[in-house]
Amino acid sequence: MDALLQFLFSGLTVGAVYALVALGFTIIYNASDVVNFAQGEFVMLGGMITVFAFDAGVPLPLAAVVAILVTAAIGVALNKLAIEPARGAPVVSLIIITIGASILIRGATQLVFDKQLHRFPAFSGDDPIRVLGATILPQSLWVIGGALAVFVGLWVFFTRTLTGKAVLATANNRIAAQLVGINTGWIMTLSFGLSAAIGAFAGVLVTPITLVSYDVGVALALKGFAAAMLGGMGNPKGALVGGLLLGCLEAMTAGYVSSQYKEAVAFIVILAVLFVMPRGLFGAKTTERV
Amino acid sequence: MLTKTTTALVTLAALGALSGAAQAEIRLGVSVSATGPAAFLGDPEAKTIEMLVEQLNEKGGINGEKVALTLYDDGGDPNKARTFATRLIEDDEVVAIIGGSTTGTTMSILSVAEGEGIPFISLAGAISIIDPVREYVFKTPHTDRMACEKIFTDMQAQGISKVGMISGTDGFGASMQAQCKEVAGDYGVEIVADETYGPQDADMTPQLTRIRNTDGVQAVLNPGFGQGPAIVTRNVAQLGFDVPLYQSHGVASNAFIELAGADSAEGLRLPGTALLIADSLSEDDPQYEVVTSYTKAFKAAYNQEVSTFGGYAHDAFALMADAISRADDAEDPEAIRDALEKTSGFVGTTGTYSFSPEDHLGLDLSAFRMLEVKDGGWQPVE
Amino acid sequence: MMAGRGKWISLAVLALLIGLLPLVFPSGYYFRVGALIFVNALSVIGLVILIGYAGQISLGHAGFAGIGAYACALAPEHLGLHPLLSLVLGAGISAAMAALIGKPILRLKGYYLAVATLGFGILVSMILTNERALTGGPDGMNVADPGLRSLLRDMGWRLSGGEFWYGISGLVLLVGAWLALNLFDSPSGRAMRALHGSEVAAATVGVDVARQKLRAFVISAVYASVAGSLLALQNGYITPDVAGFLHSVEMVTMAVLGGVGSVLGATLGAAILTLLPQVLTVFAEYEQLVLGLVMVLVMIFLPQGLLPSIARRLKGRDA
Repeated sequence: MDALLQFLFSGLTVGAVYALVALGFTIIYNASDVVNFAQGEFVMLGGMITVFAFDAGVPLPLAAVVAILVTAAIGVALNKLAIEPARGAPVVSLIIITIGASILIRGATQLVFDKQLHRFPAFSGDDPIRVLGATILPQSLWVIGGALAVFVGLWVFFTRTLTGKAVLATANNRIAAQLVGINTGWIMTLSFGLSAAIGAFAGVLVTPITLVSYDVGVALALKGFAAAMLGGMGNPKGALVGGLLLGCLEAMTAGYVSSQYKEAVAFIVILAVLFVMPRGLFGAKTTERV
Repeated sequence: MLTKTTTALVTLAALGALSGAAQAEIRLGVSVSATGPAAFLGDPEAKTIEMLVEQLNEKGGINGEKVALTLYDDGGDPNKARTFATRLIEDDEVVAIIGGSTTGTTMSILSVAEGEGIPFISLAGAISIIDPVREYVFKTPHTDRMACEKIFTDMQAQGISKVGMISGTDGFGASMQAQCKEVAGDYGVEIVADETYGPQDADMTPQLTRIRNTDGVQAVLNPGFGQGPAIVTRNVAQLGFDVPLYQSHGVASNAFIELAGADSAEGLRLPGTALLIADSLSEDDPQYEVVTSYTKAFKAAYNQEVSTFGGYAHDAFALMADAISRADDAEDPEAIRDALEKTSGFVGTTGTYSFSPEDHLGLDLSAFRMLEVKDGGWQPVE
Repeated sequence: MMAGRGKWISLAVLALLIGLLPLVFPSGYYFRVGALIFVNALSVIGLVILIGYAGQISLGHAGFAGIGAYACALAPEHLGLHPLLSLVLGAGISAAMAALIGKPILRLKGYYLAVATLGFGILVSMILTNERALTGGPDGMNVADPGLRSLLRDMGWRLSGGEFWYGISGLVLLVGAWLALNLFDSPSGRAMRALHGSEVAAATVGVDVARQKLRAFVISAVYASVAGSLLALQNGYITPDVAGFLHSVEMVTMAVLGGVGSVLGATLGAAILTLLPQVLTVFAEYEQLVLGLVMVLVMIFLPQGLLPSIARRLKGRDA
């Protein structure tokens, strides 16, 4: 029993990390139908910039804010310099552009900072909290809470605010959105800035647990992407559920079956879900336009 | 476009050949994984060799001839490593090669070097690199098997006979995991639990819970490098899992204690080299001289702590430079190889090397020192 | 648009390049790089058929390269098969695998197809990494020499390893290009290309959409598998990296960079990405930066890929 609870705690911790990355994908996808493979680099940047600001003597909360703002600016620049100029390009080209951007950001980070592993202290210490024989770190609660907060924020944003609806309208039909007076250029800027900020926020939360180095982004983007697709791309609910589900699947497999093939089991489940529901658990139904 | 690139390449190559011929130099080739998943190994290796070449040339080189270094970054990709090995030999015309941060890249370089008759010192751990002995291939790191043996010897002394293992699935962890399972029996140690984790995993509590729930586990052994072992160490502390924890030489660095947290790391043991305890080494220790001068110089040049891996590169370069200085002809790969094989009692940061036609590693178990984390720093175990 | 004539021009350009470049090679190293370019180009041509002709995406094709490579490493040792027959066996297994998983996977579209193929590739590389007893794990394993070179030597034709593999890879690339160009003009190829425009439209004019997609997927898997085998044979050593996600991405990047609809473009893309790290060794620190920059810039300014965009410009100037 305490083993099951321990696996669950582990799954929720890791799952919340995936969910935070997956949530970052949703805004950009909703605004532009682009899956931004550089999302993992935003997470990495959030961690790295915080580490270096903190080591330079900046108080942790301020360092985190700086990291989030700088990363958001990089996100906006990515949109202005790489995504906007390639508007209308096919999916494959956009995948290559965002992968290219992620390689570029990684290369630059390695030059500006270094190739070492880093960490900064957990927000509320390292003393584990005991629940019925299982343990969880306070930082895990920060990560899980962060994922929930971002989810609620996004849900409110997309359903309750005019700007959020404008984002959805832009994705749906850019020209129609412009006709009804939506500044689609500004919406795109906002989407990339927000997504990058969410990514950096995730990086700040998870670094005390996962540690950070210039190349952690690829694996995070991969898992976050898989989680988002499992849940259904574009839907914040899908990102949250997909991420937590993926994390728990891995933890349960590692705990009860085999740690060697925990990722294999996760991907097999994703494949199986997609065979039955080709647009993920919460994906919207669409038909191809001719 | 294609032809233009080729012309550019040809011109570059021609320029290189010209500058090479202009002055008498000893051309040394290096291919390490300074970036990519094995950057943890290759980055300090590249920095070390660049630093040492500069130092050596400032002192006037080897017997008056400067060393011209060609260093390539293979990114941990064996395919690239093979291409760079070919390039080093056929295009840069080096007389010797150092490199191969991982076993995979080493095996790729090895077959080219062996085929062309160029002496090659590998920086990777696997025993298959030098067993069976290959004519031109040497290596400086201890084998993973030796690390396992050192650990199991210590466990035996502590009366530990049932061990739970948790290994990284990267090349380093997987190789050591296999070697440890092979030799455990020789030391009366039984591996009762055998778990793994991915190199980028964020939480290992499920695997550790499984180990904890296995009957009779007296110690945990974690072969791996990178962030994995730091997270394992933290998770062991988080679970309140109160058995001795053994790490591998893969994390033998001061940075590791910082990443794992001094509290969580307190009391853990690993087989390390003299490098880690440079400060507390007594002056009559045979390694005192070489270890302190290397750690000081590296720290001064890069403002970064030394690691075991940089130490491997240090020893490889020192051995090669020594062999070249002793060789009958410093421009003849064959002569360098012969001189290298005659190396005897050469003190490096890792240990004391003595090569022979039957032994191209030339270290024994005494090169490893059992280290323990005490008060947030490394201390030798009595 | 470009019927018979274009095909022969493409093949002639390729053959001339392969045949004449060795005349200016200053050292054996250039043969090695050439052979690598050809092997990469071969797998990229497979992607041209899948992405360029049929409009489907795959982020897992390195999985097939892995199957081909490890077939050549394992079959001679365990089945006693000749390395060249092992190549054929690998291609057969890849085709069967592609047919098996292609059926359900290809119903997915866009990013969902991307994640499904990605999952496949990761499964393959995970098996290769984890089944240490069989594959040597992440450290990799030796690949037996096919013995062809010594056969040629006995016939009085002395070639260095580099020269030999340059020739073999070049020949296989030519055959691969010829087959792909033939497919382009065939009824089946036209049906595939119809999918690229619109699946619904293609279906209404009587194209069996599922069948054509699957056919493109299987063919491209065989290309990747053969390329993987050739790589294993010429390296004599293989690690699971060959099946890794990064290799899949590299293949797609080569295809898109050069021009995803064109066989010659695929070769150009393979050449650029293979040469880039070789040219950038002096600035190895900046390699990733430059690679990323090249990818982004080409996609922004030449969205059709290098070769088609250049060709279009040249044509525009003529008119």
